[in-house]
Amino acid sequence: MAAPQPTPYRMPAEEANNIIKKITATDVHAWFGDNHVLKSITMDIPAKQVTAIIGPSGCGKSTFIRCVNRMHELIPNARISGSITLDGENVYRPGVDPVLLRRRVGMVFQKPNPFPSMSIRDNVLAGLKLTRRYARADAADTVENALRQAALWDEVKDKLDEPGTSLSGGQQQRLCIARTLAVAPEVVLMDEPCSALDPIATARIEDLLHVLRKDYTIVIVTHNLQQATRVSQRTAFFLTGDLVEYSDTDSLFTSPQDQRTEDYITGKFG
Amino acid sequence: MSAPSKPPLLATPTDLTAKRSGILVERAFIWICRFAVILPLFLLLVLIGDVVIEGLGRINTDFLTGLPSRRAEQAGIWPALVGSLYLMVLTAVLALPLGVGAAVYLEEYGRRSRLAGIIEVAIANLAGVPSVIYGLLGLGLFVRFFAFGNSLIAGAATLALLVLPIVIMSSREALRTVPDSLREAAFGLGATRWQMIRRVVLPMSLPGILTGAILAISRAIGETAPLIVIGAVVYITFLPDGIDSEFTALPIQIYNWVSRPQEEFLTNAAAGIVVLMLTLLLLNSVAIYLRHRHQKRQ
Repeated sequence: MAAPQPTPYRMPAEEANNIIKKITATDVHAWFGDNHVLKSITMDIPAKQVTAIIGPSGCGKSTFIRCVNRMHELIPNARISGSITLDGENVYRPGVDPVLLRRRVGMVFQKPNPFPSMSIRDNVLAGLKLTRRYARADAADTVENALRQAALWDEVKDKLDEPGTSLSGGQQQRLCIARTLAVAPEVVLMDEPCSALDPIATARIEDLLHVLRKDYTIVIVTHNLQQATRVSQRTAFFLTGDLVEYSDTDSLFTSPQDQRTEDYITGKFG
Repeated sequence: MSAPSKPPLLATPTDLTAKRSGILVERAFIWICRFAVILPLFLLLVLIGDVVIEGLGRINTDFLTGLPSRRAEQAGIWPALVGSLYLMVLTAVLALPLGVGAAVYLEEYGRRSRLAGIIEVAIANLAGVPSVIYGLLGLGLFVRFFAFGNSLIAGAATLALLVLPIVIMSSREALRTVPDSLREAAFGLGATRWQMIRRVVLPMSLPGILTGAILAISRAIGETAPLIVIGAVVYITFLPDGIDSEFTALPIQIYNWVSRPQEEFLTNAAAGIVVLMLTLLLLNSVAIYLRHRHQKRQ
């Protein structure tokens, strides 16, 4: 007998109707070569909320958010099928320029990666300078706004010309967040942004998320369950490429519907 | 009680000043390594010393700025020196854009393609081809087919082909030192591949690329065989006046003097070698300086 197929999670209709959908993934599959890493992911991501994606290592959570801004396809032999829409527009439709998509869907990576050859100021402006949308007159405002939004301004305002890599790890990650915000995205994808940081730096970034969600749609991948409960309104649990359960964060952690979710959040595996 | 367990692995107290076993082998190995460094250095010093002792006295402004002559004591090196400088610049102009472009294609655009794999093997093979063969290629292709004649541009094009594999391989090495996380950061900010390369990857790898380029160029100006094959003139009493002009170069001039029977010309050759080596030393120092600055910044 074949192993029982996990039933893909479907959000109850009445719940789905109440939220503004920013991103909708429908039947998304992804592969690295022959390795099938995402299996029929269907989920809506609400606007101006923090959606956390949790799951053990290798469950496809990072791959999923990299599908949203079409970074997945940059990896050799990587493939994807299905559709992901941003404000109702399929980002995989022929004619969509992934470069323009990524200006609307920004990304913060696991390891802080400021550009080592650039100053703090230039790192914030990097997105604009790289894409030649940089106006000298607005630069000072952009730098200050982005750094304030990333809660880094007070720490670096007197040393904007020092290299970005001279900052501590937590500051570097907030610099990367400022850099992402400076290009004025609508969605910010965060791929385990605190996994390389100490608890104090982590707390600062979590505080930041509460502020940022007023203006941005945030999707955060984390393997830290406490972090998901602290920062997110909705949580999705991925396991070996399947979306096992997806609901508002409180219900997922207090009354999980799926046995596998319960086992994971109670620490039986992962 | 269960079965008696094995004794724990505890150190027995030993005399800390005792001679370790194997210490003689270790010392012998260190001496072999030292010898391997000292011997070639010693031979090099003897060679350089010999040349400097013989040639240094001959170097003066007349020698540097004089034209060749049948009389050894009047012969100068000026056309060869100028020819070498021209060759250097032209070779760089031809080889660097091609080589860096090829490296960028292989590292940044063609990583996943079969074509890149084939090019890679071809480059590795080209790097091992003897320079005389490049001379023959230059003779057939540039001198005859493109009808450049025995000109500076034919020589520079041949030398550019010769050093192209070196430029490509060192540039790829430099590009590879840029971590992928920075490429992803640039993509994540909405940069195109070209913007990412132009503003993130190239600035960071530039010192490495330059170092490789300078080493490649210094290889080029020391080459003799391909220039002889394509017909660089060995006796020339004028300076090249354009890229289509006939020319000579330092190694050619030295080769010419060495093959003369008169003792005085050998002195000239030694002096020429000193000039050539000083030029190379200067170029390599620039390369070392650039690399040093690069490492300090990272």
